[in-house]
Amino acid sequence: MANIVKVGMADLNVCKSPEGITTLGLGSCVGICIRDPVAKVGGLAHAMLPDSRQIENNSNRAKFADTGIEDLVKKILAMGGRKGRLEAKIAGGAQMFAFQNKSDMVRVGERNVEASKRKLRELGIPLKAQDTGLNYGRTIVFYPETGDLVIRSAGKPEKTI
Amino acid sequence: MAENISFERVTTEYYDVLKELGNIGAGNATTALAQMLQTKVDMKVPQVRLLDFKDVGVVMGGEEQLVVGIYLAVEGDITGSIMFILEQNAGKSLVSKLMGMPPSESGFSEIEISAMKEIGNIITGAYLNSLAQMTNLKMIPSVPDLNIDMLNAILSVPAIEFGIIGDQILLIQTVFTDDVDLNGYFILMPDLDSYSKMLGALGMPI
Repeated sequence: MANIVKVGMADLNVCKSPEGITTLGLGSCVGICIRDPVAKVGGLAHAMLPDSRQIENNSNRAKFADTGIEDLVKKILAMGGRKGRLEAKIAGGAQMFAFQNKSDMVRVGERNVEASKRKLRELGIPLKAQDTGLNYGRTIVFYPETGDLVIRSAGKPEKTI
Repeated sequence: MAENISFERVTTEYYDVLKELGNIGAGNATTALAQMLQTKVDMKVPQVRLLDFKDVGVVMGGEEQLVVGIYLAVEGDITGSIMFILEQNAGKSLVSKLMGMPPSESGFSEIEISAMKEIGNIITGAYLNSLAQMTNLKMIPSVPDLNIDMLNAILSVPAIEFGIIGDQILLIQTVFTDDVDLNGYFILMPDLDSYSKMLGALGMPI
């Protein structure tokens, strides 16, 4: 069984095939998985908020979808990935409670997903698949070898996108 | 003034006050729980901890364990929100005591969910009441919303609220004991200017 690298909330990391990379229990946060299918390296960012420019305290770059994706791409390139070959999958961005009343919290899951897609587009990285929204948590495991993204949720069958 | 307060400063300088607030609030919540269940409920001294996002799920017993999350908005002199988190089995045990019937085999039935909401309502209401009494500030809770899911997915909501101002989350852990230990967690999320109001009302202006 290959080693699986674990990524925490507001954090990011990379791995090399045959290793996989995981983050546990994504709720409103979004998990962005990027790989180079030729070099077979990839990584995962677990972002909590969409936009670092809207928040004063933004020193933790992994916390935001925009800066998190930038840093993740840098790390993948440093491991031998090539820019024109990168591809992405994303998951998470659920609305865990019906009301999330503060202005920063309104549709934060959805906004995390939108911000991730915007950043990927800006960097010219194609989005191959997504499993986002709704109202439940997701544990995800990403394999840069195959590009498989395995998604587990409470009381639901496991699926691979 | 409120905009300039750093959460780190609030938590380092007023940690003891927050701890005491946590203590008294949890005490009141325990009393309310005992009255509701008509049984004796003890409480261990709550632990107030400031944790990094990546550690909080592990400290609370595992990122993927199933928990009940109850989330309410607070309005009045103090605005913000409050979350109460209970392990799924602890929740089921309380519900079955309240309803005087054995817990359903798996998950929560509709009626168990509505009983669980009521328990959350009473516990968080008692908690807020004691804060309101101490500070003389009005705090009006909204109708509670409930979800049962993996701990980290539930936690993502308060973590994101804390994430707007810092990189840590303030957690108040309370162990209720009737015949078994039930782990419950309160997470208070006052809006930033409500921190100063609350502490000011306690004679500790920022």
